[in-house]
Amino acid sequence: MAENNLETLSEIAAAGTLADLEAIRVKTLGKSGTITALLKTLGGMTPEQRQSEGPKIHALREAVTHAIAARKASLEAAELNARLATEKLDMSLPVSTRAQGSVHPVAQVMDELAEIFADLGFAVATGPEIEDDWHNFTALNIPETHPARAMHDTFYFPDREDGTKMLLRTHTSPVQIRTMMNGEPPIRIIAPGRTYRSDSDATHTPMFHQVEGLVIDRNIHMGHLKWTLETFVKAFFERDDIVLRLRPSFFPFTEPSAEVDVGFTWEKGRRVIGGDPARGNGGWMEILGSGMVHPRVIASCGLDPEQWQGFAFGCGIDRLAMLKYGMDDLRAFFDGDLRWLRHYGFAALDVPTLSGGVGA
Amino acid sequence: MKFTLSWLKEHLVTDASLDAILEGLTRVGLEVEGVEDPSEKLGAFRIARVLSAVPHPQADKLQVLSVDAGVGEPLQVVCGAPNARAGLVGVLGQPGDYVPGLDVTLKVAAIRGVESRGMMCSIRELELGESHDGIIELPADAPVGAVYVDWAGLADPVIDVAITPNRQDCMGVRGIARDLAAAGLGTMKPLNIPTIAGQGDCPIEIRTDDPEGCPAFFGRVVRGVVNGESPEWLAKRLKAVGQRPISALVDITNYVMLDHGRPLHVYDLAKLSGPIVARKARPGEQVLALNEKTYTLDDTMTVIADANGADDIGGIMGGEKSGVTGATTDVLIECAYFTPESIARTGQKLGVTSDARSRFERGVDPQFLAAGLAIATRLVTEICGGTPTHAVEAGTPPSGTKTMRYDPGLTEKIAGLVVEPDRQRAILASLGFGIDAVWNVSVPSWRRDIDATPDLVEEVVRIIGIDNIPSTPLPRADGVARPTATQAQLIERRARRTAAARGLNEAVTWSFVSEAEAAPFGGGVWTLANPISEDLKVMRPSLLPGLIAAARRNADRGADSIRLFEVGRRYLADRESLTLGLILAGDRESRDWRTGKAQGFDAYDAKADAVALLAAVGAPVDRLQLFEAVSAGVYHPGRSGTLRLGPKTVLAEFGELHPAICRAFDIDGVAVAAEIFLDAIPVRRASADHMREAYAPPALQAVRRDFAFLIAADTPGDDLLRAVRGADKAAIAAARLFDIFVGQGVGEGEKSVAIEVVLQPAEKSFTDAELQAISEKVVAAAAKLGGRLRG
Repeated sequence: MAENNLETLSEIAAAGTLADLEAIRVKTLGKSGTITALLKTLGGMTPEQRQSEGPKIHALREAVTHAIAARKASLEAAELNARLATEKLDMSLPVSTRAQGSVHPVAQVMDELAEIFADLGFAVATGPEIEDDWHNFTALNIPETHPARAMHDTFYFPDREDGTKMLLRTHTSPVQIRTMMNGEPPIRIIAPGRTYRSDSDATHTPMFHQVEGLVIDRNIHMGHLKWTLETFVKAFFERDDIVLRLRPSFFPFTEPSAEVDVGFTWEKGRRVIGGDPARGNGGWMEILGSGMVHPRVIASCGLDPEQWQGFAFGCGIDRLAMLKYGMDDLRAFFDGDLRWLRHYGFAALDVPTLSGGVGA
Repeated sequence: MKFTLSWLKEHLVTDASLDAILEGLTRVGLEVEGVEDPSEKLGAFRIARVLSAVPHPQADKLQVLSVDAGVGEPLQVVCGAPNARAGLVGVLGQPGDYVPGLDVTLKVAAIRGVESRGMMCSIRELELGESHDGIIELPADAPVGAVYVDWAGLADPVIDVAITPNRQDCMGVRGIARDLAAAGLGTMKPLNIPTIAGQGDCPIEIRTDDPEGCPAFFGRVVRGVVNGESPEWLAKRLKAVGQRPISALVDITNYVMLDHGRPLHVYDLAKLSGPIVARKARPGEQVLALNEKTYTLDDTMTVIADANGADDIGGIMGGEKSGVTGATTDVLIECAYFTPESIARTGQKLGVTSDARSRFERGVDPQFLAAGLAIATRLVTEICGGTPTHAVEAGTPPSGTKTMRYDPGLTEKIAGLVVEPDRQRAILASLGFGIDAVWNVSVPSWRRDIDATPDLVEEVVRIIGIDNIPSTPLPRADGVARPTATQAQLIERRARRTAAARGLNEAVTWSFVSEAEAAPFGGGVWTLANPISEDLKVMRPSLLPGLIAAARRNADRGADSIRLFEVGRRYLADRESLTLGLILAGDRESRDWRTGKAQGFDAYDAKADAVALLAAVGAPVDRLQLFEAVSAGVYHPGRSGTLRLGPKTVLAEFGELHPAICRAFDIDGVAVAAEIFLDAIPVRRASADHMREAYAPPALQAVRRDFAFLIAADTPGDDLLRAVRGADKAAIAAARLFDIFVGQGVGEGEKSVAIEVVLQPAEKSFTDAELQAISEKVVAAAAKLGGRLRG
């Protein structure tokens, strides 16, 4: 039996295929197999014989069963490996990517502005782009004959029957008027949107985007304006070395008025916002108009200028985008060229957040 | 406004450097736009003496000079000027120097075989004038070796400042000087207004019949003038600031205008007949102006007229017929005051701009008429000779002065800047304001822009420097910043980012389109009266024309897969409707080794985007109903639709673009599009309650059953799907249409629709009998639409 045993185990180890192995199983453990036959002899044995032979026969059966299972697993693994070896693919092949969408830089910057100013307590306000001349000019202290009206190259619609002059707003400032007329101070809003002037060259397009800011409260003065603009510009460009220069200027709807320049530095042939022009290698760039809201404008909106005062500012959004992200041609903003949109656009998930940084 | 440094110093005594002056100008609000010193480029040219001149051995017209440039050995220079001779002192350019009039940089050269180490220059070569008769000849005692422009005093920077529309007073050099003096950059020279001893009465009647448009008309005649070229100093000054010298009389009026912001006009007395009168134009009256254009006037406009009719557009442009010429001997000088509003209106109506208009419409100093006339008269007699008559002062200019009560505490209240009252008083006084002991401030007549106390705050702050205002943080609410976005703003943001996440690229296109582009979309309600071009004329009634045009441009550039969207407004009669428009054109799937041929877009792609966007912005997509498209002619009538909430509220429209539209926009092949009307999306009430409805996933496994129905081919699939889903609301969790089949085994006019139904048991598993009952309900629901179970 012992020789049998050794022989069987070596046969199992030598089985080259699952079929050979199955043949061995049938020969040993099958119905008329050698080990099955041995097991059957147990019935005819005396108890003493059984006690001595039984464990041996069972051990033999166990050993053969295990050996077959182990060999089977090993043969199966080899077979699988052989099959896998034939299934090799060229994993260097390119995979088609899903179309990548993008968000326009103007929309992205508007979201950035909303995020920054929300932290300062400003809501976003909107107003019509087709305005009447009262909201666009008169209420803003720009009478019909004021030379400032000529400065704005205004798009007009034919006069209405009631004599109202309708036009495309030349700035976002009429939203100031609507906000003051429709709400009670204190007011803190920004108003981004499309604006229009009859102007077209490399740096001007007949349609562009502006953002207006307005704060009306008691005791708001120009120092608050200055702080707000500094805070905003630093947050927007995400640089602490921003230097602003306020210059006296003129807007009919603010008094005193100031234009705001920001210092830039030349870096690799590009103008980069930040740094002090006084140190050389840079200069000033005008980015904002601002001032204290004229008492006459506050009164136009039905508020008491003795009680309420505040500041307003306006800024080109396209220009902010260009300065931050480095585009140099404004006209390309409105062309819808997919190549440009993909290059300068933003991923859907580039949502500006204060925790993640507003820039993308 | 341009002026030169030397001109400024006619009014301002200062030893401030140019940089300090430039910095000061910008600081007080006169923004420096540019500064240029035309002499800078001549800084290398030196005074040199010709020691000897001998004929060139090879050329008759050339000489070989030996030139002493003050340093080193004499230089050999070949020169062709006829006046070159030994002893001449002139201006030498040496190798490396740039000669602006020739646009060359000198180098050592052999001229006809003789080496030349420089060039003796002419006036024209240095761009100092037109003269090119020969080389410059300087006095014999000019210092050899000195820098020529320094010696000649040619260094005179031209400064260009931007004048804001409120500062008419700075549209003359003296006004600019006044601001600089107030800013501590020098002291004003007193203004010398000459007293003119007129001889005899003015021979022509001067009057104003239009006290509203021209309240004052001052003038006088100067007899016996000679109107030649202006003297060098005057011509040079005008040229430096970009004005072309014309004749002495005209140049004098321009000079006084630039010097004092006081426009004047001169008439050839011989060409006037009868009284000269400021009056309203007669309707239709015409004036041939000095710009050689004829203007037709109306009766709101002021003209200066004589017996023969209107001569000039008062305060805007003089007339051709009475203009002075070289033959003029007797001249009438006009110095009038025109009402700013009237000038502005006339100028706008006629569309004519001029230096005079820009000053009168901003409001010139109404108290500077007699002075302006006197200054001009003296210049005329000095330059052109002649004898002045007495002046005529017709009408009365407005006083231009006003008084207001000022509280010096306002600088702190409005500007946040603490300035001692005495300092404020000094600043205002230096700008010409009068201040009494109790702060009644009288405004000088030239400061028409000052009409409220914040204006005085600005005067103080700008002179001190607006940069000195300390930054003050805005008060901040307690805690973390509160959300500020409205529901409508959140809808817009979600729509935009969902579209981008679905692979669409956001474009921004013009709000205006051409009439032709708007027409298929129902035409625009808003047409510009003054469009910049015919292409940008009508406010868009739809976002699609702009997007289709953009798609075409991209296709023209070779883009093979175009997915564009835009979020913007449609301009309707009653509102501006915020809309997301999208267009899909070209390949949906490019040809690929895995998927084979390229696949185009179809209307279902547009529908998929529309539904996904509506879901993203929180529209109740389960309740949407499909209707036909409403924009007739925009979409393929059989491959389009609208998604509505109830029959009236259209949330979106989508479909394959009508072939006629594609043809009109030059689009090849199929393009599909959609518009999501974001302002129609029902706005959910902002709720402070973030709690969701309670939910636990069902414990029991769902059961799936497939049904195939034969049904009339024109029955909308969605109707059948809804019927099936509604057959047993308690048991049926979902129903999904997964196959449509037409062909063998399906009758003519029919289709086979396969639907998978998901049945969700609640407390206990379905029994066979229950499943049977549900199946029967499903079949019955389909039967109501004429559907029968396919065998």
